[in-house]
Amino acid sequence: MKDVKVLGSGCKRCQTVEAMVRAAADDLGIPVALEKVTDYAEMAKFGILSTPGIVIDNKVVHAGGIPKEEDLRRWLQA
Amino acid sequence: MSNRAPNPHGAARAWFGGIAIAMAIWFALYRQLQPVSRWLVAQLPIRPGSHLATSVEFFFYDTPKVLMLLTLVVFVMGVVRSFFSPERTRALLAGRREGVGNIAASMLGIVTPFCSCSAVPLFVGFVSAGVPLGVTFSFLISAPMVNEVALGLLFALVGWKVALTYLAFGLSIAILSGWIIGRLRLEGWLEPWVREVRAGEDPLDDGHRDWVERFEAGWEAVKEIVGKVWYWIIAGIAAGAFIHGYVPAGLLARIMGAGAWWSVPAAVMVGVPMYSNAAGIIPVVEALLGKGAALGTVLAFMMSVTALSMPEMIILRKVLSLRLIAVFAGVVALGILAVGYLFNALFS
Repeated sequence: MKDVKVLGSGCKRCQTVEAMVRAAADDLGIPVALEKVTDYAEMAKFGILSTPGIVIDNKVVHAGGIPKEEDLRRWLQA
Repeated sequence: MSNRAPNPHGAARAWFGGIAIAMAIWFALYRQLQPVSRWLVAQLPIRPGSHLATSVEFFFYDTPKVLMLLTLVVFVMGVVRSFFSPERTRALLAGRREGVGNIAASMLGIVTPFCSCSAVPLFVGFVSAGVPLGVTFSFLISAPMVNEVALGLLFALVGWKVALTYLAFGLSIAILSGWIIGRLRLEGWLEPWVREVRAGEDPLDDGHRDWVERFEAGWEAVKEIVGKVWYWIIAGIAAGAFIHGYVPAGLLARIMGAGAWWSVPAAVMVGVPMYSNAAGIIPVVEALLGKGAALGTVLAFMMSVTALSMPEMIILRKVLSLRLIAVFAGVVALGILAVGYLFNALFS
């Protein structure tokens, strides 16, 4: 089970990224526990400067903007 | 543009070639806009030289022109911005002294990409990494105020003098306001949790980006920004076309001219609650200037629309106390007023 967090205040891009993560994980058959983080203090602890951010197993893999599909798959498989 | 060619050199070459061809087509089309719009208006059953004809011609000519310019400006800025990630900007600013730091921050504010929903994480990230509060504010003020898209459009539509003065005064306001806020030592007015946050461990390695990725970033910016603002722009051009065709010149010179001392504060008061895209304001600016509005008044209006927006202040309330937001808005508003009066004095 991979622990995935999507960090963002709830803007449109953050929702897009959340949907992308879910779709990619389903597609790859990787079980994930997906959590949305909207608390600014929580985001600050991860040291994220721009949203949306993606944290997989407590490691920041992406910050700012919508990631590329291929990168997202690579992070999920790692 | 997401499907990569098998080897990166081939892909880069394809991008360079494609851009060269696209630019050639762009310039060829751009030169035809004036005659084509004249011809189109002549086909309509409107009396030539009437108010309506003047308005329609402005609209037909300006719509493709502004959209083409915008696409070009946004693409170039998208490529430039790929060199300045927020992480890199923070590293450049951390530990900077006030003064030099304020100047660097306000310049980086123009080119560093971040969307308004990232204002809070960015603010916290900067402050917790040791960027002084005043320097952080210089960054946060210049980012919306000196909008790179607005700058490019002003340059193309209204001329380089106005564009350069807008740049110079926008930067000055960001530098000075940030410096003043820094001098006031208001760190205690931050929300308590912000002071307690420790800088997160170095988050992301920027990684090396090649030219293909930079061009892709430019193209992404075009799709996203132009896709989002085109209707604002058409609305702005329609408003501009109406002003251009129907508003008598004497009227605007009276209300927004340099002689009317109250026009500058009035422009700021009208501008702050308006939340528009900078790109949509420029066609209005173009038409207002053409009708004899004073440059300082128009610039004050434009800056208050982009730099002091209510939604942004509501977002910032999460990290700043109300008192600090009031100081921030007050200092910036005073700066904009000063710019307005100064310009009207200089250019009239």
